[in-house]
Amino acid sequence: MNDAQAIDRDDSTARPVLRATGLSKVYEMGEVRVQALKNIDLTLHERELLVLLGASGSGKSTLLNILGGLDVASSGSLFYGEQELSGASQTELTYYRRDHVGFVFQFYNLISSLTARENVSLVTDIAVSPMRPEEALALVGLESRMDHFPAQLSGGEQQRVAIARAIAKRPHILLCDEPTGALDVGTGRLVLSVLDRVNRETGTTTAIITHNAAIGRIGDTVLRMSSGEIVERMHNAQREDVERIEW
Amino acid sequence: MVTRASQWAALWRVRTLQLKLLRECWHLKGQILSIALVVATGIMTVITMGGSYESLVEAQQRYYNDMRFADVWSSLRRAPESMRERIQAIPGVALADTRVSFLATLDLEGLDAPAQGRFVSLPENSRPILNDILIVRGRYVDSNASDEVIISEKFANARGLHPGDEIRVIINGRARSLDIVGVAISPEHSYSVPPGSLLPEDDRYGVLWMGVRALGPAYDMDGAFNEAFVKLSPGVNERAVIASLNDLLEPYGGYGAYARRDQPSHMMLQGELDQNRVMGTAMPAVFLGVAVFLLHLVLGRLITTQGGEIAVLKAFGYTDAEVGRHFLMFALLAVLLGTLIGTVGGMALGRGYIDIYRQYFDLPDLQYRLSPGLLLIALLVSVAGAISGAMGAVRKAVQLPPAEAMRPEPPARFTPGFLERLGIGRLLSASGRMILRNVERKPLQAFFSSLGVAFSVAILIIGLFMYDGVIQLIDLQFRKIQREDITVSFLQNVPASTRFELSRMTGVTRVETYRGAPVRLRNAHWHRETAIQGLEGDGVLRRLVTAQETVHPIPAQGLVLSKVLAERLHVGVGDWLTAEMLEGKRQSAQVQVAGIFEDFLGVTAYMNLDALDRLSGEYDVISGAYLSVLESERNALYRALKRVPAVAGVASPASMLVSFERELARNIFISVGFLVGFASVIAVGVIYNGARIALSERGRELASLRVMGFHRREVATLLLGEQGIITLFAIPLGWAIGYGLAYLMVLGLQTDTFRIPFDISPRTYGVAALITVLAAAFSALVVRRRLDSLDLISVLKTRE
Repeated sequence: MNDAQAIDRDDSTARPVLRATGLSKVYEMGEVRVQALKNIDLTLHERELLVLLGASGSGKSTLLNILGGLDVASSGSLFYGEQELSGASQTELTYYRRDHVGFVFQFYNLISSLTARENVSLVTDIAVSPMRPEEALALVGLESRMDHFPAQLSGGEQQRVAIARAIAKRPHILLCDEPTGALDVGTGRLVLSVLDRVNRETGTTTAIITHNAAIGRIGDTVLRMSSGEIVERMHNAQREDVERIEW
Repeated sequence: MVTRASQWAALWRVRTLQLKLLRECWHLKGQILSIALVVATGIMTVITMGGSYESLVEAQQRYYNDMRFADVWSSLRRAPESMRERIQAIPGVALADTRVSFLATLDLEGLDAPAQGRFVSLPENSRPILNDILIVRGRYVDSNASDEVIISEKFANARGLHPGDEIRVIINGRARSLDIVGVAISPEHSYSVPPGSLLPEDDRYGVLWMGVRALGPAYDMDGAFNEAFVKLSPGVNERAVIASLNDLLEPYGGYGAYARRDQPSHMMLQGELDQNRVMGTAMPAVFLGVAVFLLHLVLGRLITTQGGEIAVLKAFGYTDAEVGRHFLMFALLAVLLGTLIGTVGGMALGRGYIDIYRQYFDLPDLQYRLSPGLLLIALLVSVAGAISGAMGAVRKAVQLPPAEAMRPEPPARFTPGFLERLGIGRLLSASGRMILRNVERKPLQAFFSSLGVAFSVAILIIGLFMYDGVIQLIDLQFRKIQREDITVSFLQNVPASTRFELSRMTGVTRVETYRGAPVRLRNAHWHRETAIQGLEGDGVLRRLVTAQETVHPIPAQGLVLSKVLAERLHVGVGDWLTAEMLEGKRQSAQVQVAGIFEDFLGVTAYMNLDALDRLSGEYDVISGAYLSVLESERNALYRALKRVPAVAGVASPASMLVSFERELARNIFISVGFLVGFASVIAVGVIYNGARIALSERGRELASLRVMGFHRREVATLLLGEQGIITLFAIPLGWAIGYGLAYLMVLGLQTDTFRIPFDISPRTYGVAALITVLAAAFSALVVRRRLDSLDLISVLKTRE
């Protein structure tokens, strides 16, 4: 616990982007109460790459959903800068997601009727000051596959399009839920290196959810969750090169 | 033991599958209900139209048999009673009967205008051999009384007359008071229109039956008759009998015999029945077709989304037949539900329908009866529809190898579509392209969806256009052709100088005379009995106004024929016809066709009054006059005309119009209500199902857009845009189908008495499109509510 507080102080030079205090989430399912999150304190800073580790059911997805404005906490507070997200309306949350958050999903969720470029422009069409779609696709190394439809792309390529789509709006926060979960090691490593590069080059605060402990080594901060609580906070003095991690 | 265990297992297995069916039906209740409603509409039209058709035909047949309704009809000037035996002797005649029949003026209390009565003789000592009457109140005429009369029921009801009341009539110029002893109906007057009118006017036209010994002498018809009827022996050619009858009655002033199908009352009823039969087969076909298509669409997509579950079922050992049956049950459930709703609704509607018919046709014992045969047919057709609709999808389901079905579906294959290759794509946003590609990826499905919605537009057009046509017809007939205030008709031809007496009457501002001369027009072996309408060449009250609303001049020489008559006689302008006059000197002469024009009512030949005089060899006679009158003097004039013995009747186009338009407005209201309902059911069925299925197929895609910050409205546009395109495409398609169907209906409903103008107004196109768009928008709104509650979080984790 002391360690964790020390980490927060170390990063105090960078501005905080998201601040969560005492977040809890309880699901009432009929007569059963499921406590998905218990009293979570968390601060995400500018440029930070956070890795959230945990087994399935540990609450990491619930936390990510609340941070991304897809769900609201049962108690506790969540601030994006000065804007309080706990208690925001559905419309306010939609605008929060639209203007500030990028999502990468385990199963890519590309629109099958649109090409890679069009999938990206779908988001840039509604963003405030986006990159050009071509620029975003170049960042993930797909400049030569821009006019292909999802059905014509490999899994790794589809996930890179998904990343390009998430970052094209220049989000302040990039939230990735098991981005390598459906990929083999080689392709997974390629996708992680893209996320790592995007984080370094654009300075986007990035949170990656994974059950794969090896991936923790590429983050600035690593949180391990279990039963809805943060049970371990670690800080890597040096982020490991993606090429060198194995799983 | 083993067998018993496997039996139990089979039972349990099936029950679990049934549970799955029930749960999924509940989940898809909206879709099942919308399909059921489309099926219900189809069944309802079968039960309503088919059932009332059967009921009407049955009542008609029973009535005709009971009343010994004649097969061949003929009227003449006067023949001695002894001629009846000669008629009876014509080969093929089973029964013959004769009677006396005249038009006379009625002096009705509280009615200024003269009213007309059709007096028909009855044998006093027995019932008529043919064309009997059915006494509904009171009794038959007594053989000893000379002043007893039985009156027609509609006339009795309209005037509030009952047995025991008196009625004042003017028979052959002499006023008499008659005792009403009975009220009756008869098949030949089930739809009774006064001469010179187009519509029933029950308050001023009635049928009065009197004993022949009382009526005959009054008209100088003692021991004579002026109407003869024949009942044919089975299998006899009526044309031969008609020809013999004409030959026989020719010397006695025969006006030409005609078959039952030309009897006005029968013709109206038969026309209605034919229309009913056409509608009763065409409408259900459209609805069941749409229902089959919807079943196919919904089940096909349902099975695609359930590929994994089917695989699991099959992996556990369910047979293809069990899986197939499971999905067929969806279709059957929707269809059976629809059949139930349709049968109950159809029976209620059928009763209402029959109630309306009862007002027009006094068929005794007319009850709505649903025959089990019809119900069975409706059920079989809908079940067959369900099975054929579901079969393709079910076959696809059971053919899936389990291992393949369990694998997640790869992303759907898309390519830039045809429109984009044309360069239109560049003009569209990414969302626009999504919508377009979804439509273009399954062009057949989009086309059939559009076709379904198009039928909703088409149904509205054929319904609304009929009223456009009737309104146009009325406007033409009553405002452009019949411009007189009053039509006066005389009992017999009167000297042309009568016009001066008329013009001297109070309030009369203009008089134009006419003469209707019964004639047989002949061209080679084509011939037809009609009347030549002689009009004043420079008349303004009655003109020949064509369907195109231009005035056709009346030439100094020759006939002007309505187009239908010219077609029946196979003549064109410049051809010659033989005109055999059927009254007066009955001379025959050649006459040239000087013009042909299109009209909507009747089959008439027009001629200049002077030319008609020359053709008939009878000069300076008229049979009636058209009058312009001062409105303030109208009632005074009516009273004056009532006292003129020669006047048979006075008609007023204006009063005819008012009652007709009121009636029409009510009918339009009811019919349009049903049409809107039916069309909406189709539009909602197609659009709602299309959108619901698209939502289940693409819910994940749409939810991820919501996650990325798209608003609900934006996501709804993506989903519903496709349905919007389908609806937009359906409108012109529906216009085209509606145009075609309307044209076929005009051809099908074309009769000698009545033709519907084929002119669909822009308003009809507009209203049809608007109602369909509203129904589609309503469906979209319902689906949109579901879209708003998309589970965003599930998108992040689950894979369908």
